[in-house]
Amino acid sequence: MNTFNGKSLSWKSNDSVVEVELHRAPCNEIGTEMLADLEEFAKALETLSREASAVIIHSTRPAGFCAGADLRELYRNAAPLDAAARVAGVREFLHRIHAVLNALDDSPLTTIAAVNGVCFGGGLELALACDLIVAEKMARFCFPELRLGLIPGFGGIPRLKRDLGNAVVRDLLLTGRSINAQKAAAVGLVSQVAGEGEALRVARATAAQVTKFDRATSAAAKRFLKPIPHDELRREIDLFCELFTRQAVMEGLRKFVESTDALPYLP
Amino acid sequence: MRTIDQTTGEILDLAAQHFKVPRASLSPQDDFFKKLGIDSLQALEMLTRLENHFGIELPDYEMQGVSDFRTLASRIQARL
Repeated sequence: MNTFNGKSLSWKSNDSVVEVELHRAPCNEIGTEMLADLEEFAKALETLSREASAVIIHSTRPAGFCAGADLRELYRNAAPLDAAARVAGVREFLHRIHAVLNALDDSPLTTIAAVNGVCFGGGLELALACDLIVAEKMARFCFPELRLGLIPGFGGIPRLKRDLGNAVVRDLLLTGRSINAQKAAAVGLVSQVAGEGEALRVARATAAQVTKFDRATSAAAKRFLKPIPHDELRREIDLFCELFTRQAVMEGLRKFVESTDALPYLP
Repeated sequence: MRTIDQTTGEILDLAAQHFKVPRASLSPQDDFFKKLGIDSLQALEMLTRLENHFGIELPDYEMQGVSDFRTLASRIQARL
């Protein structure tokens, strides 16, 4: 049994399935602490891949799977810096999270995101790096970044474009609206809708099915089906950093940080 | 086709059930943020429950500025 217990996530592996549990309060925001644990997982993936067939990523936080990047930490770190240093810091963070998500995307294992509640921004980008998304019917998906004067920065646009029709991508990005699990299934983002509290069970059943197949064949099929859009991912980082230099972004982040609401970027 | 009163009644039933408050304590004109003491995350949960119940999509930007059950019912009614 291979196990890891980090501050933000933990994992355990039996012979065939690795279960990654996100448990950082309030809703698994991706800041430096979560990133460090995700990097540990990315490093371990190669070893885990020798024995396992599937990975399930799920959350124990009742609010949801992941509310996205830790914008409070981002603002706190960026605010005292001049523009050049701000962008340099953000670019380094983006390269690190891209490395993690590319490793997950590229893994020979079949990866399943079991989603409850909120799956926003960076959380949706984490789910999009997985092969399958199982979502509870109370789950909600959203790319709210444009409300802050930004675009998704963890690979969201290239991966959403890879999986969905461009009109759906434009709808989600340009309105910043959230959609429920039924809608997400209807547009092809979610592969299975589960009842409340049932996403992990459904994901485990799916993983059990995956383990019946020859691992090398599954890996070959995945490579053929799901090429990683490396050029677009690199361009996304550049565009994000270009937008991040604007004062409007820091102003949007400041308003976010000063809000006491649970999800201040929603109307 | 539901009437606006029926839609409002169903919303009140769902809100009472979801937030575990007596149904009789809720009325159509109530400000649900104040009456239920909910934040935007909980409002989003209610939105999801309403979408699932009525089988509609209600973009969250249409909820902007809506805080009473009756107006919420009119937004939903427009999508039925």
